[in-house]
Amino acid sequence: MLPLFLDDFWVLFTTRVLILGLMALSFDLVWGYAGILSFGQALFFGVAGYCTALLATKLEITSVFVLLPAAALVGLVVSFVVAAIVLLGKRPPSVVFVALGTLTGSYVVERLARGWSYVGGQNGISSLPRLTAASYEISEGPVFYYMALVLLVLVYVGLRVLVRSQLGLVLAGIRQRENRIAFLGYTTQNYRGFVFCLAGFVSGLAGALYAFHEGFVGPGQLGPVLSTQVVLYALFGGVGTLIGPVIGTGLIDLLGFYFSHIWNTGWPIILGLLLLVIVMFRPTGLIGFFVSDRERIGSFGRASRARIPPARREAPERTAP
Amino acid sequence: MTLLEPRGNLLEARGVTKVFGSLTALSNADLAVRQGEFHGLIGPNGSGKSTLLKCIAGAEIATQGSIMLGGQDITHAAVPERARAGLSLKFQITAVLPELSVYDNVLLALQAHESMPRLMLSRSRQVLDERVMHLLSRFQLDARRDELAGVLSHGQQQWLEIAMALACAPKLLLLDEPTAGMSPQERRATGELLMPIKQNCSLLIVEHDLDFIKDICDSLTVLDQGQVLASGPTQQVQNSERVRDAYLSHA
Repeated sequence: MLPLFLDDFWVLFTTRVLILGLMALSFDLVWGYAGILSFGQALFFGVAGYCTALLATKLEITSVFVLLPAAALVGLVVSFVVAAIVLLGKRPPSVVFVALGTLTGSYVVERLARGWSYVGGQNGISSLPRLTAASYEISEGPVFYYMALVLLVLVYVGLRVLVRSQLGLVLAGIRQRENRIAFLGYTTQNYRGFVFCLAGFVSGLAGALYAFHEGFVGPGQLGPVLSTQVVLYALFGGVGTLIGPVIGTGLIDLLGFYFSHIWNTGWPIILGLLLLVIVMFRPTGLIGFFVSDRERIGSFGRASRARIPPARREAPERTAP
Repeated sequence: MTLLEPRGNLLEARGVTKVFGSLTALSNADLAVRQGEFHGLIGPNGSGKSTLLKCIAGAEIATQGSIMLGGQDITHAAVPERARAGLSLKFQITAVLPELSVYDNVLLALQAHESMPRLMLSRSRQVLDERVMHLLSRFQLDARRDELAGVLSHGQQQWLEIAMALACAPKLLLLDEPTAGMSPQERRATGELLMPIKQNCSLLIVEHDLDFIKDICDSLTVLDQGQVLASGPTQQVQNSERVRDAYLSHA
């Protein structure tokens, strides 16, 4: 309902927050739920942005029903390639290896984009056409806002169901003791790879939304800077909650906006200190003030409908049956 | 000396050698566990029994030699492949999942072979409910099913682990010091809890408590300085002079 009360600037601002929140959500999925420290979410975001921008400018495809699924697909495929390299070995890789692998990927692709004139080099691809639904043009503003909001809510609900399913239970186990889970017979890399690709899918979707919202796609949307920014959004809001990173994105952007007005040169320092304080004293993020650890891990369905026989209820601890 | 029957061996390790840098932890060790047998693996500290267990479990890969489980070569298999071949283990240090409920711990062990789509739809939870509750009540944990595994007493965590190890319906269960840190009563109870699994499952136990081993094991293999000192039925090995010497000089 927000666009009814806000002027144009704030509608654009909140739309941007929703889109980046979607990307932060994808990071939370990989780090908060699958324990993969991915410094490469921008890679999927940016590549999907570039691909859809090329589709729109070179082939003049602007239909939202083609471009958004295409973007998600690109994110999925690229993340699968990255997963095949860094995640899906015979034995589980270390967290640091995956972090460096994804960071390197993000860096390399940014450098490639900067040097490749077909995709606009340093300048990227600008003045993208608007997305269309049939003959209707989706311009930035309330309509785009609602589209982003609906997509964010859909993705959030879908992921929420997923992380509370029995698959989510397996992921919770992997986070706590990967070795133990492997000894039970789970090929943990496959579960991780699956979640990583799903997150790539979401990131890709966000990437195309962002590109068409800004009307521009550039190397900055691919690189380690954006990748890291998303990590901070998520840590600030609270990982492993799905909603935390979205809140984190909104708050950081809002604070950034506010402080940059009153102290233009110094605000990154304030922001940095704030992030540091949160990460040091609240490793669970802002959401950690409201949600206990047990709630955070959550339940995965009711334990059992079978009633415990009354005689057993007081089972003495040390007697054999 | 080594008892290697061609028929009925579930686990057969031949000539297993493990070298760490300049240290030979295990040298040409043979081990055979028959179907439905409880087999004890004993030896002084540093004799290589944990290393042998790790090579079988997949935590380490043998430098030389072969390990067969139910006719399948698992010498170089990854850990989940071994689990699928019928191997299960209980860790020396309790490794239950502390932040999950007791119920979810067992359920995780039971649904290890479900497909991802079924897990996503949470079908497995309803289907497996009865088996989870059966296992829990067998180990007297049913009343505590909703509690976090991390808050159980040490002995109960050990039982939960054994329940999880059995949930995979293994052919061979490896137990690394199952009674470590248990009270004498808990030890006795553990032994009694283990006896009924004999029908479906063989057991390979590494244990310091010789009385416990003597009570429940049919046969023993004694390791000393990385080599097999003796192997055979419990009575026979127990009375062997060499075994006594090794234990007296190293223990």
